[in-house]
Amino acid sequence: MRDHPLVQLTLARMREFYREPEAIFWVFGFPIVLAFALGIAFRNRGPGELRVAVLRGAGDSTLAAALARAPGLTAAVLDSGEARLQLRTGRVALLVVPGDPVVYRYDSTRTESRLARLEADAVVQHARGRVDPARVADQRVTEPGSRYIDFLIPGLLGMNLMGSGLWGVGFSVVQARTKKLLKRFMATPMRRSHYLLSFILSRLVFLFLEVAALVGFGWWMFHVGVRGSFGAVAFITVLGAFSFAGLGMLVASRARTIEAVSGLMNLVMLPMWILSGTFFSYARFPDAMQPLVKALPLTALNDALRAVMIDGSRLGDLGAPLGIVTAWGFVSFVVALQIFRWR
Amino acid sequence: MPPPVLPIRCAGLAKRYADVVAVAGLDLTVNVRECFGLLGPNGAGKTTTIEILEGLTAPDRGEVEILGMRWTGGANSRALRERLGIQLQDTQLADKLTVEETVRLFRSFYRASHSVEEVLGLVGLEEKRTAWVGKLSGGQKQRLAVACALVSRPELLFLDEPTTGLDPQSRRQLWDVIGRFRAAGGTVLLTTHYMEEAERLCDRVAIMDHGTVIALGTPRSLIASLGAEHVVEFALADGATRAPSPSDLAALPGVRAVRPGVDRTALTVAEVHRAVPALLGLLERRGAELSLLATHHATLEDVFVSLTGRQLRDA
Repeated sequence: MRDHPLVQLTLARMREFYREPEAIFWVFGFPIVLAFALGIAFRNRGPGELRVAVLRGAGDSTLAAALARAPGLTAAVLDSGEARLQLRTGRVALLVVPGDPVVYRYDSTRTESRLARLEADAVVQHARGRVDPARVADQRVTEPGSRYIDFLIPGLLGMNLMGSGLWGVGFSVVQARTKKLLKRFMATPMRRSHYLLSFILSRLVFLFLEVAALVGFGWWMFHVGVRGSFGAVAFITVLGAFSFAGLGMLVASRARTIEAVSGLMNLVMLPMWILSGTFFSYARFPDAMQPLVKALPLTALNDALRAVMIDGSRLGDLGAPLGIVTAWGFVSFVVALQIFRWR
Repeated sequence: MPPPVLPIRCAGLAKRYADVVAVAGLDLTVNVRECFGLLGPNGAGKTTTIEILEGLTAPDRGEVEILGMRWTGGANSRALRERLGIQLQDTQLADKLTVEETVRLFRSFYRASHSVEEVLGLVGLEEKRTAWVGKLSGGQKQRLAVACALVSRPELLFLDEPTTGLDPQSRRQLWDVIGRFRAAGGTVLLTTHYMEEAERLCDRVAIMDHGTVIALGTPRSLIASLGAEHVVEFALADGATRAPSPSDLAALPGVRAVRPGVDRTALTVAEVHRAVPALLGLLERRGAELSLLATHHATLEDVFVSLTGRQLRDA
């Protein structure tokens, strides 16, 4: 079993990959770094804590304690000189002077200060016994599933499947060709199908690590969950990996040099990086472009991944995008086999 | 009893690339257990010929029979490849695999094969078993390439310039590997542009130039065809002004042929002990001063030069 040519070819593929530190970084590290950077940059920032000062005097500490209990407020008791200074420099948004009446000193042109006044006033009024007549409930849109990072992670997953599929297959094939290793294999009884299949098998092994790394990171760092089934995500990623391996094979089927294949690869990937809705929704492109954009394999893959991860769709509902992904892979593979340069 | 199947038989081979004729009508037979050398300068068509025989390049014309079979493709060709060992001139094996992993990979392609230990023993790479291919010296890489060819227990071994670019010690180590394969009953076809290698290893050689065989025979018979066993080379300090004419030189006792060269003149000589004193006397009479005088046993190199008028290296 271990000495089956398919096993040996797959092992060789895998060894060549994991013994190349740069490859490890680009496949595993880079998408995580990207997710981290973009997740931080586009995180939904609230207005933050508002600082409120209470002027030293009778009842100051009770009032300060009540204010500090309110969500979104912090309160400190200050002497008048210090309090005026901090108000002027914007370090506190509001100065509350306890007494009767309670006086609010603030700059009414500052949004923060007006917000602080509203919050503080609510605390003061409740403390004096005001009862709200209407029942209300908050619904926040910062819940997992509707943030930018929730949109981003499936897109990065799709982009990564494309990158590692194209680079992983295309680069190794052309390297074997320029080093005349393909020709050497042709001088043995090796079956061509075994050679091509070994790329797919080794991709499959690393695919699981790749997906687990990115999905795991998203969950751990940003609580990006998978609303649909993990089985569906696994199925879609495997399909995507096959499809892009096929495309990689096609891109590499004739190229004789690394430079040539790199150029071709960028030519294939660049439009998809931009158009396929990895970083922003492709709905922003003009209507006339939409059919083209939707026909791209990465668009279809991203759509399918988002449908499962964000909306919890079932595989059965994803016939159209999965059909597109499969068709790209299948056609590429068949054409690649026809025109492949074996030496 | 039927006649034994010839390891290699080809007739009328021709192959041209764009505007270059690589092989122009070539006939060869290689006998069982023979070591046959294709000899010639770069561009003589050696590699094209060997790759046609290996079934890697399709000839424009001509017939090829390897171990009694033809390259018809599919399962038939795969069955034939099971019985061949092939080393190509410019293969770079994967740098990041170890020696053992590389041999194991090639081994997996064949039904019958040596164990990894056996084949590393054959080429003397046991100690490099766990080393990455990228870390090997040129000679070790070349022995590994031969190991990958030997792993299938081939009946017929093709070697395309196996020792080109190697230091003398590595070259001798590879010769030993080839010697052991032959001792075990194998047949070898090799190409080389080192005449010394051909003389040392080959039972018969075919000297190639411009895509055809210009001489064929045992190294000894080819050298004997020069009609003399020694070569005397000399050069003069003051160039051509006082140089004796070729006809004067040819008239010297024991001299069979004269080959004026760019920087030296070579004489093919039957009896050195008579020719050299006569040459010195002639030069002294003309007042010519020697800047170089050397003699050596005639080699295949001299055969090539006498056939083509060109040196092998700069041909």
